[in-house]
Amino acid sequence: MSLLEVQDLKKYFPVKKGILSRTIGEVRAVDGISFTLERGETLGVVGESGCGKTTMGRSILRLIEPTSGQVFFNGRDILRLRGEELRKMRASFQIIFQDPFSSLDPRMSVGQIISEPLRNHLSGSRSEIKDRVAHLLNRVGLHPSQMGRYPHEFSGGQRQRIGIARALALNPLAIVCDEPVSALDVSIQAQVINLLVELQEEMNLSYIFIAHDLSVVEHISDRVAVMYLGRIVELASDQALYENPVHPYTQALLSAVPVPDPDMRKKRIILEGDVPSPIHPPTGCAFHPRCPARRNRCSRERPELLDLGNGHFVACHEK
Amino acid sequence: MTEEKEHREYAGQFRRSWAKLKRNKAALFGGALLLLYLFTALFAPVLYPGSPSAPNLMISLEKPSRDHFLGTDELGRTIMGRIIWGSRVSLLIALGVISVGLVLGVPLGLISGYYGGKIDFAIQRVTDMMLAFPGFLLALALVAVLGVGLKNTVISIGISMIPIYIRLVRGCVLSVKEQVYVEAARAVGSKDFRIIVRHILPNVMVPITVQTSLGMGTAILFAAGLGFLGLGVQPPNPEWGAMLGSGRAYLFNAPHVATFPGVAIFLAVLSFNLLGDGLRDALDPRFRI
Repeated sequence: MSLLEVQDLKKYFPVKKGILSRTIGEVRAVDGISFTLERGETLGVVGESGCGKTTMGRSILRLIEPTSGQVFFNGRDILRLRGEELRKMRASFQIIFQDPFSSLDPRMSVGQIISEPLRNHLSGSRSEIKDRVAHLLNRVGLHPSQMGRYPHEFSGGQRQRIGIARALALNPLAIVCDEPVSALDVSIQAQVINLLVELQEEMNLSYIFIAHDLSVVEHISDRVAVMYLGRIVELASDQALYENPVHPYTQALLSAVPVPDPDMRKKRIILEGDVPSPIHPPTGCAFHPRCPARRNRCSRERPELLDLGNGHFVACHEK
Repeated sequence: MTEEKEHREYAGQFRRSWAKLKRNKAALFGGALLLLYLFTALFAPVLYPGSPSAPNLMISLEKPSRDHFLGTDELGRTIMGRIIWGSRVSLLIALGVISVGLVLGVPLGLISGYYGGKIDFAIQRVTDMMLAFPGFLLALALVAVLGVGLKNTVISIGISMIPIYIRLVRGCVLSVKEQVYVEAARAVGSKDFRIIVRHILPNVMVPITVQTSLGMGTAILFAAGLGFLGLGVQPPNPEWGAMLGSGRAYLFNAPHVATFPGVAIFLAVLSFNLLGDGLRDALDPRFRI
């Protein structure tokens, strides 16, 4: 059994209007997503801004209440948990946020921030908690003497390390990493990613690694899911996806990755138009208005996510 | 804003606010007045050892002189002494009123803003009803129900302050609760109570502080108003508003009886308002100088 199994997860945000706030439509931020995550595995999730990556990550953790679907974590459906059960579950399923500036309470010291999960779930003495916080700070490359300082005294990279220490505090099984390095300088990104990889090996962690930078995802992921307008259009192993992208959208995304070789010329696929509104998604395949390989059928029928073999899934009529 | 710049600005937040406050002359003047007022209230027995309420009809309505610095009132009581002792009464009222407002208004505002939904709706409709009356009218109506006296003055003005705190706190909570660090607290399994007390309350303290300073001025003014109408603190207790009210009858032949308590009220309210305005500007990062 997989550690995490997501089935047909949907999150629709109602669009309200007028003084009576009548619901006049809905934004289909996440529109039927299914995938699995194994112990110790990293699933990369990529896609443009607004494709629902972040909403998906938060819905799985129920930081946003999903509209429908099932999320089995360690054999239990998270979406059915109530009150205390949900709170207890959070000990083993954590999240690292994108913005290391807004995700730490400016009025709490680093020690208080990292000890918060410990106080919520364990009953330890003051000194036990302090020891644990010191150990965590050490583990993420900060000095325990910095425990009494406040977030504003740290740099972006250091603050992200504090966020990682907080997520690790309770030895979780899985962590949703919501673009954990996109707010950091490039030189710091590599350090933080290496830290995440080390921690994964050490603690056998599973990651859902959300990003919009394909090269970052390639480095860290075992499998990669490509999202477009709230759906997964292609899901394959890291290698298969990068070497043999099948979906036209994936191909276009990959062609946009810069290659560090000035002499190399490759075919750049430029997509026409903008991402359609998720309030009125296109009929059939949501990608068809921008697809270079579209056919008549694409605007009428929505393609299912089908297995091409070797766990390479793709949602396209062409294949 | 670059990361580093933001960093430095955060670091000096307190120092920057203090520097801004120091440069604000009006606020400094308000602060100095307030200190004088607090000093008078605290050391009233030292500054005027006699009883402020003991009448001496032999010297009634005397003009300011060397013996009676601010003159005497219709019962021959020294106005200076009554103003000095009256500062205690008004300070007591101000503190009492603010306590009532804070203790009831802040938690209701926190609950209303944090939980939203039906609880929010219920609290807000009651708040609407209370805010529909001008504050003083509401206090007056409550006094009509509760009766006169120091305690009832505090309760009725205090209740009229509650909706102001509810609205203020609710508004701030609505913005703070959307912060990522609140979501982060939920993600690590913090209970609502902990999130409200440890994360939200400390981050809405600045507007509460400013409102408290301004509210103390309003409380003194309202209490004086009730006293003036004879509905507040009852004689012979020295209360500035009541002194003003009783001095009204002698406005033409002994104007000092009404004037000096009026000046005392004016200065006390002014000190809180100037300081409150200064604090608001100093603590608000949007006002840069």
